[in-house]
Amino acid sequence: MAFKLASSPHLKVQLQTQSVMRRVILCALPGIAAQFYFFGWGVIVQVILAIAIALLSEAAVLKLRKRPILPTLSDNSAVLTALLIGVSIPSIAPWWVVVVGTIFAIVIVKHLYGGLGQNIFNPAMAAYVMLLISFPVQMTSWSVPLPLAQTPMDLGLTLNAIFGAMTPEQLSIYKYGIDGIAMATPLDTVKTDLSLGLTITESLSKTIFSDGFGVGWFWVNVAYLVGGLAMLKLKVIRWQISVGILASLFVCSSFGYLLSPDTHIGPLFQLFSGATMLAVFFIATDPVTAATSVRGRLLFGALIGVLVYVIRTYGGYPDAFAFAILLANLCAPFIDYYIKPRSYGHRAGS
Amino acid sequence: MSDYKELAWQGLWKNNPGLVQLLGLCPLLAVTATLTNALGLGLATMLVLIGSNILVSLVRDYVPKEIRIPVFVMIIAALVTSVQLFINAYAYGLYLSLGIFLPLIVTNCVIIGRAEAFASRNSVAKSTFDGLMMGLGFTLVLCVLGASREILGQGTLFYGADQLLGEWAKGLTIQIWQVDTTFLLAMLPPGAFIGMGLLIALKNVIDNYIEARQPKVEQEAPARVRITKVN
Repeated sequence: MAFKLASSPHLKVQLQTQSVMRRVILCALPGIAAQFYFFGWGVIVQVILAIAIALLSEAAVLKLRKRPILPTLSDNSAVLTALLIGVSIPSIAPWWVVVVGTIFAIVIVKHLYGGLGQNIFNPAMAAYVMLLISFPVQMTSWSVPLPLAQTPMDLGLTLNAIFGAMTPEQLSIYKYGIDGIAMATPLDTVKTDLSLGLTITESLSKTIFSDGFGVGWFWVNVAYLVGGLAMLKLKVIRWQISVGILASLFVCSSFGYLLSPDTHIGPLFQLFSGATMLAVFFIATDPVTAATSVRGRLLFGALIGVLVYVIRTYGGYPDAFAFAILLANLCAPFIDYYIKPRSYGHRAGS
Repeated sequence: MSDYKELAWQGLWKNNPGLVQLLGLCPLLAVTATLTNALGLGLATMLVLIGSNILVSLVRDYVPKEIRIPVFVMIIAALVTSVQLFINAYAYGLYLSLGIFLPLIVTNCVIIGRAEAFASRNSVAKSTFDGLMMGLGFTLVLCVLGASREILGQGTLFYGADQLLGEWAKGLTIQIWQVDTTFLLAMLPPGAFIGMGLLIALKNVIDNYIEARQPKVEQEAPARVRITKVN
């Protein structure tokens, strides 16, 4: 057995931004693969388009700001932002949606505030909210998961749909399932049904819920969960924020479910539907816009969980993570101001 | 005459109420979704501003210093009411679309600001001209913002101009491009904030450019004067 003696310092090399971002991107691949399996080529096309636009607009802004272009471009942060935008918008949204969103994220949300490390808001989520508010129709038209689709889309059809070679009437075929009923996303369906006076049980008997959670969405969430656990293992992210969100969302939705199971979605459904796992591990954990201390991060996560529950239950939009994360981003400096780690050798509070 | 030139320069560019003083932001951001609304509110504000500057300048020697602000506010409120009634009578559509922001001109800081800072200290002629230029500067900013938001948001220019100018103006509406979906961000208040920020940035860029172009005035290094006696 070799016994190595090394002189101090014994700290290993700190991770650079570039490799952190690269690991996050690699860990997102299982989720993207799941989305590709259930929703087809659209997600790949959107991600590639978003990355290209993000690199172009970042280079343009850096040139305007007279900053070195290559070092900043190669830190992969713009690629990650673009990737998150690409996976969170509907896979058959027209091309200009993702283009407008990515330019907004990079130019306005990131660089106008001073670039990476200075932005108050998560660029991808700010862009998502901007798109959702500006183009509500395009941003809520998800195609039917491929296993349920009446007419599955191949690559050619997807490109036609994204680059505007299809009329809305032609496109609407792809929103019909095998049972000939137009489908929305699981959260959307439940919300609509509740407003129509149906109970949760009645709503969950629809074809889209044939596996209990909404076909496709469950496995997409599982894939992002796996990627997230891998990031924890690689120490790319800390556990506090993710655990905070999951715990508070679980507690809130359990309360609601226990009080009135007919009108509230169950906790497991909350955790494995919509954007939950993607947001919990990949978006909310952005170190720039989150709180920084251990307890602060827990509180930050819990705040997101509560907001998500409230917005999903009482709000007008089907999913809530983008809004919840932006609101929590606003609170992060406040949390950091009041929750400071105890400095070594001093009593708490002094 | 150079006084008037300076006043015009101050009102239209250097001390522009919209871009530099950032006064009256509430109507500036709220009603500039279309060029028609922007122009309507800009003209109304300009009328009130000229009127209030004239009246305040007329009474400036008779108003006790201690109660000048209430007096100015009453003058402005009276003028705003007249303008409001006038628009109600002759441009009812515009009256409806401007809504609360028409009576709110009373609280527009540009007007009380000019009354206090300029009209209460200067002659009637100068105050009138200052009101005109400040009003024009404000209207111009409103119009640029309104036009860009309207083009981005719904692809038209001067939509609904007939509400402001009468039937003949229907032909003024220009369809810049045909959009299937409106770009709501540009129409909503956040779009106004972002657009305003970009306009201010543009003005700063132009100012910097002009300053860089100007030949540097060589400052003669003062000849060294020995003030201490060397031995």
